[in-house]
Amino acid sequence: MTAQIITITSGKGGVGKTTAVANLAVALAANGSKVVCIDGDIGLRNLDVILGLENRIVYDIVDVIEGRCRLKQAMIRDKKISNLYLIPAAQARDKNAVSASDMNRLAKDLRSECDYVLIDSPAGIERGFKNAIAAADRVIVVTNPEVSAVRDADRVIGILEAEGKGPASLILNRLNPAMVKKNDMLSADDVLDLLAIELIGIVPEDEGVIVGSNRGTPVSTDPKSRAGQAFRNIARRITGEDVPFLDLDKSGSLWERIQKLAGR
Amino acid sequence: MDETNSLIQIKGLRDGLLVSLSDASWDEQLAVLISRVDAQPSFFQGARLALDVSSQVLHVDELVDLRDKLSERGISLWAVISESPTTEQTSQLLGLATRISKPRPQESRKFAVDDLGEGTALFIERTLRSGTRIEFAGHVVVLGDVNPGAEIVARGNIIIWGRLRGVAHAGAKNDRETVVCALDLSPMQLRIADETLSAIVPRSKPTPQLARIDEKGKLLVENWSAG
Repeated sequence: MTAQIITITSGKGGVGKTTAVANLAVALAANGSKVVCIDGDIGLRNLDVILGLENRIVYDIVDVIEGRCRLKQAMIRDKKISNLYLIPAAQARDKNAVSASDMNRLAKDLRSECDYVLIDSPAGIERGFKNAIAAADRVIVVTNPEVSAVRDADRVIGILEAEGKGPASLILNRLNPAMVKKNDMLSADDVLDLLAIELIGIVPEDEGVIVGSNRGTPVSTDPKSRAGQAFRNIARRITGEDVPFLDLDKSGSLWERIQKLAGR
Repeated sequence: MDETNSLIQIKGLRDGLLVSLSDASWDEQLAVLISRVDAQPSFFQGARLALDVSSQVLHVDELVDLRDKLSERGISLWAVISESPTTEQTSQLLGLATRISKPRPQESRKFAVDDLGEGTALFIERTLRSGTRIEFAGHVVVLGDVNPGAEIVARGNIIIWGRLRGVAHAGAKNDRETVVCALDLSPMQLRIADETLSAIVPRSKPTPQLARIDEKGKLLVENWSAG
């Protein structure tokens, strides 16, 4: 196996990076890929909570880097999906505990172990972010349809281009079609117009996402959730499948009609 | 001082170390710098380092390489000072400062544009994203967009073949004869000499526009049409 290493980043905090990593990891693994996700937010770890694996942590990424355990010992297997693993961040350390070359070494070791490595980047453009993108083959930028989030995404895309990590793909998270329709929210077109990168998915606003995160069962495991469906579609697009943004012939539900009005 | 040491100079500033390079080859100087660091790891550990590269032209991969090499040794590179606009832009793209609190003597900061005549322009063929700042002592031409959060400061005119949504300042040395024009002129803020216009709201159907200071000394924006 030669894994593809994908980093999810955003610049701004709170736009849904960690949620996206958890949901994409679950969806990719459910389709049969072997997935390892790495929490790159040393000192403020969250991915373990969202995946519901908090109580199983023995070793973390810093233990691997500093040689206190073997890589496999820090890979926590998911409770339900047996081909999904998490390498948690250290909570009692900070970003300086890891360097870009540590990440490159770790990625090199993981390449032969799995199909996808998903790295959850911390917010910001400082060291933690630089570490998270160091080993990436591909970068996905998450943003919300808010001016400040889009501004930060633009800055991050600029840095990725300068570091030769482009072209990045975009997930537009928490879009509310009703607000877009009333002109109270940026539309997908407004965001794409400015950022001018490939769109890999739009995730609608959905309360189920928060419920799933709190329970440690990402929403992409819920077959009825709209946001879950969006994440499952993105996962399929990552594997190279051509998945249409709107599946009209499926049911023609109210949601899909709203989506159509929103132009997607 | 032996010969290798004279290639680079390291001195302490209030907020870190300043390394000044000479005009010798980059690879050679890089090797000298790294060997100096490796010779005294405890001195350099945790240092904030600014690099004065004089007139060297450095590209992204070279700066990234340097930054990673230094970061492995516990040194954070925070600023690159250069006389070359290319290197300055590269540093800005990487989020490095291009000024330090103690500025270089004025003479050496100025690149010799005055001698090159009125036609000197910086041509940029890409979109300037948020966080990019372009400063040039001549005209600036951009083939691409200038996104919100990006900034252009030019001593001469600014021509944008694309959307201007960031900040543009033409005639920065108080030249009131300069103009700013764009295919879609919707800047966050537009300045010519010391006149300022803020937030021109984007229109749904943009037309090319030109901003200038009129005979009464007022900064105005007018539609531009061929012929």
